[in-house]
Amino acid sequence: MCGISGILQAHGKLADPGRLIGMVTALSHRGPDARGVYCDREAGLAHARLSVIDLEGGGQPMSTVDGKLTITFNGEIFNYVELREELIQKGHKFRTRSDTEVLLHLYQQEGEECVQKLNGQWAFAIWDADQHKLFLSRDRMGVRPLFYTWADGAFLFASEIKALFTCPEVERALDLLGLDQIFTFWVTLPPRTAFRNISQLPPGHSMVVQEGRVRVQSYWNLEYAPDSYRAEDAENRLTADLLDLLLDATRIRLRSDVPVGTYLSGGLDSTLIAALTRSLAGDRLRTFSVSFADGEFDESAYQREACAFLRNQHSERHCTQQDIAAAFPEVIWHCEQPILRTAPAPLFLLSQLVRENGFKVVLSGEGADETLGGYDVFKEAKVRRFWARDLESRRRPLLLKRLYPYLEDLQKQSPQYLQRFFRVTPSDLVSPWFSHLPRWELTAKLKMFFSEEVRQGIGTSDAMERLDRALPPSFASWLPFNQAEYLEATMLLPGYILSSQGDRMAMAHSVESRHPFLDHRVVDFAAKLPPNLKMKVLDQKHLLKQAASGLIPASVQKRVKQPYRAPDGQALLGQGWDYVKEYLSPERLRRDGIFHPAAVAALVAKFATGRAHSTKDNMAAVAIVSTGLLIDQFIHPHPGSSLWHPQLLEKCTTSS
Amino acid sequence: MASTITGEVHNFIVANFLFAPDAVLNDDDSFLDQGLIDSTGILELVTFLEDTYGIQITEAELVPDNLDSVNRIAAYLARKGRQAGKVAGFAATQVLQAAP
Repeated sequence: MCGISGILQAHGKLADPGRLIGMVTALSHRGPDARGVYCDREAGLAHARLSVIDLEGGGQPMSTVDGKLTITFNGEIFNYVELREELIQKGHKFRTRSDTEVLLHLYQQEGEECVQKLNGQWAFAIWDADQHKLFLSRDRMGVRPLFYTWADGAFLFASEIKALFTCPEVERALDLLGLDQIFTFWVTLPPRTAFRNISQLPPGHSMVVQEGRVRVQSYWNLEYAPDSYRAEDAENRLTADLLDLLLDATRIRLRSDVPVGTYLSGGLDSTLIAALTRSLAGDRLRTFSVSFADGEFDESAYQREACAFLRNQHSERHCTQQDIAAAFPEVIWHCEQPILRTAPAPLFLLSQLVRENGFKVVLSGEGADETLGGYDVFKEAKVRRFWARDLESRRRPLLLKRLYPYLEDLQKQSPQYLQRFFRVTPSDLVSPWFSHLPRWELTAKLKMFFSEEVRQGIGTSDAMERLDRALPPSFASWLPFNQAEYLEATMLLPGYILSSQGDRMAMAHSVESRHPFLDHRVVDFAAKLPPNLKMKVLDQKHLLKQAASGLIPASVQKRVKQPYRAPDGQALLGQGWDYVKEYLSPERLRRDGIFHPAAVAALVAKFATGRAHSTKDNMAAVAIVSTGLLIDQFIHPHPGSSLWHPQLLEKCTTSS
Repeated sequence: MASTITGEVHNFIVANFLFAPDAVLNDDDSFLDQGLIDSTGILELVTFLEDTYGIQITEAELVPDNLDSVNRIAAYLARKGRQAGKVAGFAATQVLQAAP
């Protein structure tokens, strides 16, 4: 895994190698093993390398022998072994054993369509010096990040926004509509980011920059076709097919010239991946996990059961509220967006543990919940729809008690209140985001903390209207269950789970994460499954549980789903941290102008009484502190602050 | 006295759920319709009422009819006070004593 950046100049200006070095230096955490720069008159590409495959020969940027094509590549092409053989058959000659060279030759052979053949996780740019064409691409599900901007006539791109900000001509300001979207969906809608004029290439898209023009196009879509399997495709057969696919997805993700570890949360998904790894790698299986002092979040009992079952060596990072608050500024430096939960922080500490143990690569279970019917939001939508078909029924709303069993406060509610919390109105029923409305409406309540200036800046722009315009034409024809899956897999997954909790937290300590459930063969297979095999009545991930049967402890296979969570607002506000006080102070809030100082003061007062426990209170506290950190670190960085990152300002000074 | 209770509950809701001091909350506004209170919020409200007014809210009383607006809470507290054989507004003195 690596960090990439580059510049395409316009108006006859020369690409500046010094600037490229500055950009890639800001990405050193992504690639501490080597650094390289390619520069010709028009274009420059830079690369920070984390050596994983072909440690000797895989240096980048890499050019073809004739020098016409040059690549800078972040990620892995897991089927590079097979692609290499195909290309050799077609006469291609290879100088290295790297997947980078395979990708370069595949582009030479297939052009822009090469991405169709890739099984992997990537963000790359290929410069065609003859055609004066820059081709960029990002993997199907958005595992690897790719940001870009235009400044002073030049096109700039990088794995992380901080690299773009090393160029002094790049504007640094929050994007208020991006903020509005985060305070609704938790994520921005690509290409928008949290920063004005900084864009991201959407997952499953490629992009061409040529002669000052940009063309962005989708090369892959998540398409649901739940009637693909005939009645005779028995559940047993589909279970076996799913397991075969997952085994192969895991097998090719173990391709590496350095040891590969596995994250183990103690849930079904990661335990199954660990079990499949055990079957492929034997005693070499090595697992890593997070545990919490707070029993509400801790899953270590299941982790221990899984390790006893799999008989593997395991390391655990115990996480306290102090640890979360201490790591939080660094976490935001890597997330590069306001976040509403502290959940990335323990994962930041986990990747540190992985690295300290000498591992650079881990497998992880992300993607199963989104594609195989795992999330509670799917169950909630199913129950609410079932109830809505007979609103007078006394029995149907009793099912509401089956929702969110791990949320103690919800379980204490009277039936009347439960019915009000989950009530369905006629307009909800026809909404394309019926499944997600309760979550988004709750999150949007955080906007009550916005200052008047921010409200005016957002104006009449409506986050949900913008989402409506971004949905694919076929969305309306899908089953409600598939619509809910699509929203989850294309919004929260790439925008938060794979970035703020995934790539960014792992790469903060130079660790590459790989996700067998996000192998596109698995994703495509899952999109064709009938929903009742994903969630049989209310049994989440039904088919996956069948596939895991016998391979993991029965207690893990059958346990009630507990989503990964961490202590939130109290972890930040309850420990007396100076930086937290600073970001919640009226002076700082007035300076930044994002939040209403009096409203924040009321929130702080509520935390001080010990009464602030609701989801909204917690999200608000984390959102306000993380936004303050983001502003200090990226928009007004200043020497002397404990949050000042010398590499960022140093490079700005050098470049200017 | 009843208006004191109304004012106290109103202030509690604004400070703890609406946050912004200039926010408008009518005493008939439904907390649920306004999206002010979630499941944890209900429990916060119950704790506040029990601690402040020295009452015990039973499970059967934990319903929107009793707790979903400032006026409903005031009416519920008045009924509760009458049931306890006390005069309406029984708790106002306790509020004043409890509040620093």
